[in-house]
Amino acid sequence: MATIELRQVEKKFGQLHAVKPMDLTIHSGEFVVLLGPSGCGKTTTLRMISGLEAVTGGHIYLDGRDVTWLHPSERDIAFVFQFFALYPHMTVLDNIRFPLQAQRVPRAEAEKRVSEIVKMLQIEHLLHLRPGSLSGGDRQRVALARALVRRPAAFLMDEPLGALDADLRESMRAEIKRLHITNNATTVYVTHDQLEAMALGDRIVVMSAAEIQQVGSPSEVYYKPANLFVARFIGSPGMNLINGRYADGIVYLPGDNRYAVPESWRAPLAQSLKDGEVIIGFRPESARITENGALSARVYSSDMHGAFNMIHLALGDETNIVNVRVDRWVTYALDTPVRFDIDPEGVRFFDPRSEKALRRGGAQ
Amino acid sequence: MARFEEVGPRSPIIESTRVDLVHPRARLGVTIRAIVAIVIVAIMLFPVVWLALTTIKTRPDAVAVPPKFIPYFPDGLLSDWCMVPQLNKDGTPKLDKNGQPVLKERAECFDVTLEGIVGLFFERRTLTPAQQKQYMESPEFGWADRILLKRGLVITGPSDFVNRFRNSLIIAGTSTVLAVAFGLLAAYAFSRWDIKGKPDFLFFILSTRMLPPVVVTIPIFLMYRQLGIYDTHIGMILLYTVFNLSLSVWLLKGFLDEIPKEYEEAALVDGYSRMQAFRKVVLPQAATGIAATTVFCLIFAWNEYAFSLMLTSDVARTMPPAIASTQGAGGLEWAIIATASMLFLIPVVVITFALRQHLLRGVTFGAIRQ
Repeated sequence: MATIELRQVEKKFGQLHAVKPMDLTIHSGEFVVLLGPSGCGKTTTLRMISGLEAVTGGHIYLDGRDVTWLHPSERDIAFVFQFFALYPHMTVLDNIRFPLQAQRVPRAEAEKRVSEIVKMLQIEHLLHLRPGSLSGGDRQRVALARALVRRPAAFLMDEPLGALDADLRESMRAEIKRLHITNNATTVYVTHDQLEAMALGDRIVVMSAAEIQQVGSPSEVYYKPANLFVARFIGSPGMNLINGRYADGIVYLPGDNRYAVPESWRAPLAQSLKDGEVIIGFRPESARITENGALSARVYSSDMHGAFNMIHLALGDETNIVNVRVDRWVTYALDTPVRFDIDPEGVRFFDPRSEKALRRGGAQ
Repeated sequence: MARFEEVGPRSPIIESTRVDLVHPRARLGVTIRAIVAIVIVAIMLFPVVWLALTTIKTRPDAVAVPPKFIPYFPDGLLSDWCMVPQLNKDGTPKLDKNGQPVLKERAECFDVTLEGIVGLFFERRTLTPAQQKQYMESPEFGWADRILLKRGLVITGPSDFVNRFRNSLIIAGTSTVLAVAFGLLAAYAFSRWDIKGKPDFLFFILSTRMLPPVVVTIPIFLMYRQLGIYDTHIGMILLYTVFNLSLSVWLLKGFLDEIPKEYEEAALVDGYSRMQAFRKVVLPQAATGIAATTVFCLIFAWNEYAFSLMLTSDVARTMPPAIASTQGAGGLEWAIIATASMLFLIPVVVITFALRQHLLRGVTFGAIRQ
């Protein structure tokens, strides 16, 4: 298994950046997810690693070897496409064997490897069918088999579950996770589905507007978003973000609310805010509705999610909506005035001008 | 459940059970459509049938009015119907001296002769009646000679038909293969890469088809004479290849555009070079397009008349002008022309039939989820 390094890799189409110069190291055996909205450059990044797209600047190293200008066939990587790209004129068996024939693997060895993979993915009964007659899940399994059979240095997957139905997607997700754990293969996985990214990734690379926004473990990306984009993009719904003004340990919020900033945040806030303008952020599960909470609001609407209810609170007027997660038996009539508290561990602050998260010194 | 599985259909139900298809009125519609189709096919096939009949007619029968369309073989099918007793003025059958009725042929029937077919393959010379009589008695003539001797002709040597036919096969075949091969490579490039000025190039390629070929025959004739490729196979192959390239590039580009580029990309990361990916992944999927393009190019090169007439005289002359200029001894030899035309039809029909599977089959169906 291999380490993939991107050094100042960029892709320009004319004057337009599809990917701005980026640095990224993917360690051997790691499962890294490139996550972002469509058009953010994540697929282009993946295609540059595979060699299907040429870089316009920077270098790509595979295990220390500079592969920037190597042909895709010389890079020893496997690519799983969104629409599987199984060769329609070949049987499943021929599809799986196809990469081994390119490497001139001896016949006996090839047979052995194919039968191992086929057994692992449980597709033995499909070997003599054409891809056209397979279901979506089986096509995906065949595509994975074709990638796995080569034992490549790294796997690149471009939204491999994007074309599947919702329930099938979840079971295939578990299958991919298991495959990664048993094979311990370096994997780069592109998706726009944050649940998929959370479930699969050892690390998540959040991309937007052709740039990396944040690199971190799923919990870092979720609880410690580096900027407003990540805070909004991760989680459904995203982080609650309210504009306020900071002065002397108090954030003044809409609706005449005053939020007493936890002790550990006061120094960084005082230092980094020039005019006191601040955005306060917290996850729906970090807010708690209590009778004597510090903040007052009224119920705007509520909806049921099965395991829990989501209450939408209007802070002041209806332009500031806060989502609060409550137990599934808690309901309120519309326009009920309520009070709530924010968990001091779950609160985050952002500078509205730079859109960056503020950081506490030392242990965050 | 178990019982249902036992009695369930073992093979797919092919006949539709849709109400709008099995309703009596719909069935009547199907019958009417079938009848119309049969009538159209009969109308379309009539010229071919007439051509086939003409190959076995004598010269007077070929141009007889009213037309004769029932071949008469002695002791063959319809031979009794074709021969009717000759009648006297009083309406009684005319009898010969042995008391047998004298028979005559109906106007619709004609005598079958092979003189058109033999005439196609041999050069002929007209004989005087005295020579004809003398040659008929000579034992040294074979069956082919005797067929023509009856017409007062003698074979003087092989005709150039075989040569012309071979020219047509070589020139049309080679130019088609070249046009499709080059067209495929060009179309692949146009389909897959951003080439500077791509729309202009494509328009330029198409524009070679905008002039009627006749307009450029004289300049091409002068060029060919200067280059020394007038009346050569190379010259004609070159010309037809260039003419067909525009068609083949445009047609094949359309077909290649339909093949998702992910297939080649998958092959590239699977360890194949671009050319290998093209050969192993793109070509099999483009089979439909290649077959269709081949048929179109072949039909053009096979039927082309104007250039061949102007740019060949003998060595490289192809069938179309050769058929048109078939000379008979004092008049058009319709049987020979018909025979040549029938043989001329065969290769195109054979190729089209051989490729019809590919022409009908959509090979990429369902392979990539759209």
